Amino acid sequence: MTHWIILPVVLPAILAPFIVLSARYHIGIQRVLSVAGILALIAVTAGIAWVTSDGTVISYRLGDWAAPFGIVVVGDRLSTMMVLLTSVLALFVMLYSIGSGWDDRGRHFHALFQFQLMGIMGAFLTGDLFNLFVFFEVLLIASYGLMIHAGGNARLRAGVQYVLYNLLGSTLFLFALGAIYAETGTLNMADLAQRVTLIDPAASVGIRIASVLLLLVFAIKAALVPLHFWLPSSYAEAPPPVAALFAIMTKVGAYAIIRVYTMIFPPDLEVTAGLHGLWLLPAALLSLALGMVGVLAARKLDRLVAFAVIGSMGMVMVAISMFTPVSIAAALYYIVHSTLAAAALFLIVDLTRAGRDSLHLQARPPVSGAALTAALYFTGAIAMTGLPPLSGFVGKLMILDAAVASPLMVWTWAIVLSASLISVVGFARAGSTVFWKSVSVERTETDPVAPRPAALSYVAVGGLLALLVAHTVFAGQVHKYMGEMATQLFAPDRYVSSVLDTPGKLSGAKEEAH
Amino acid sequence: MELLVASAIGILTAAGLYLVLRLRTFPVIMGVSLLTYAVNVFLFASGRLTVGASPILIKGVETYTDPLPQALVLTAIVISFGMTAVIVMIALGAYLGSDDDHVDDMADHGDPMPEDAQ
Repeated sequence: MTHWIILPVVLPAILAPFIVLSARYHIGIQRVLSVAGILALIAVTAGIAWVTSDGTVISYRLGDWAAPFGIVVVGDRLSTMMVLLTSVLALFVMLYSIGSGWDDRGRHFHALFQFQLMGIMGAFLTGDLFNLFVFFEVLLIASYGLMIHAGGNARLRAGVQYVLYNLLGSTLFLFALGAIYAETGTLNMADLAQRVTLIDPAASVGIRIASVLLLLVFAIKAALVPLHFWLPSSYAEAPPPVAALFAIMTKVGAYAIIRVYTMIFPPDLEVTAGLHGLWLLPAALLSLALGMVGVLAARKLDRLVAFAVIGSMGMVMVAISMFTPVSIAAALYYIVHSTLAAAALFLIVDLTRAGRDSLHLQARPPVSGAALTAALYFTGAIAMTGLPPLSGFVGKLMILDAAVASPLMVWTWAIVLSASLISVVGFARAGSTVFWKSVSVERTETDPVAPRPAALSYVAVGGLLALLVAHTVFAGQVHKYMGEMATQLFAPDRYVSSVLDTPGKLSGAKEEAH
Repeated sequence: MELLVASAIGILTAAGLYLVLRLRTFPVIMGVSLLTYAVNVFLFASGRLTVGASPILIKGVETYTDPLPQALVLTAIVISFGMTAVIVMIALGAYLGSDDDHVDDMADHGDPMPEDAQ
């Protein structure tokens, strides 16, 4: 059982080159291998999520070198839940790519997809800040390839912006890591959690700068305003299944903020007191407002969903930035919801594209199959905007409830509620223009006639929406589990001792090094 | 020596930031490369500057330099090298395709709203 925790990283890492080497020209074999790999991933991640659900922390030392000298992979409730969410999302996105034929519009889709999964899984499971950087780079370089999959000038131009912005983010990450290493002499998260408490509060300039730099890096990943500029163009121009997979990438940033700022720099730590608490919540409220205003202002359906992603990340960050167990539990509930809802909406946008010459919010002649697509859009929009009865509403209630204790409660309630109203108007306007007004437009001879989307595409979207429904129906149990997860996050002793106290090679040397 | 290294990092970063804020892809990529050079030197210096010391245990030697930043820099160099190659290829593709190497969005994202059916 001890080696299973590394499998979510190793399995895609082996499968991806295997797909390139053995099945480069056979899309059928690639599809079979890819789906089989993802099914195996779901089984493994569900297994480790089950093992850690009672509060166990699995720590795995690569090469049996003891931490902090060796590299560790750690699974606790939070990281195993995130890898399970990733693999489940990957299955539906993969089914959609196969059903819609997107994976056949350029080569190496499946290999890049597996590398992307490897990077995301590694980022969730690693217990070392430098390896977090390495896995960020793995997921980014795979995402560069996926982002420009199927080519096209608009996509390449958006790709250039996306890559440049993320290269700058990576450089900033390295500056932060260098500063942290210079201050503490370690990059192992558990070891860092112990060492930052030893820093003299009178000489905390370096560690304060490092902590803010690190927060900026994660805020770029989480698309927090004003660091969100990379998101709208790249998500709108990326192939829709890829954009749906990218829905989990912004959550990697949110995950990293939760992990680092509850364990290494917790809110009650003296050397970094009053740093991120001061401006993180206003920035999160700003991104929520800006995202939802963007929904209302968007002129194309794909951009509308991209701005909805910014808004929902703002909502997640509002909950995270209060840094209480209640608010983190609400944030975790909302993270699952927002990942599924955003992915479903990106796929629905692609369904809408069938039979239309552009995604502009204008009436086009009616096409066959539009009724089902409209119903799916309606469901996805209800979830995303947070209307009852779906999980967005439950998540929003939890966040509002957690905000009662915050000093910025009035602002939080006002902005969350009015942003929801604006997003409802934005989604309703877009939906009624795109789906309802089409009846009043006469079909001309020149209009393109598109076949109905494949049944598998509907299965994939329906599966994501069904998961959202399940997330709502079992909200009580899920929220209870998220509460336990947040409790574990705010009491990291078990994580730290599991990483540092498990014996391995060089265990004795640790005492001398201190 | 500290002053020399620190000012080298500072100058590289300043020049990199200036170039990154340009509008065309070539200067921006140059800027990103300068920034990665700066960060590599910075990472190297994060293990403290020691001259002529060995990073590996040798019998009878008293002073050592920290070997970890050197390993980190090696990883960072490889990654930044690969990333620069990728961005050059994508930027070249975008430039050859649209005959325009600006990094900002085209007005109206390249396809203005059709006027009919309003």
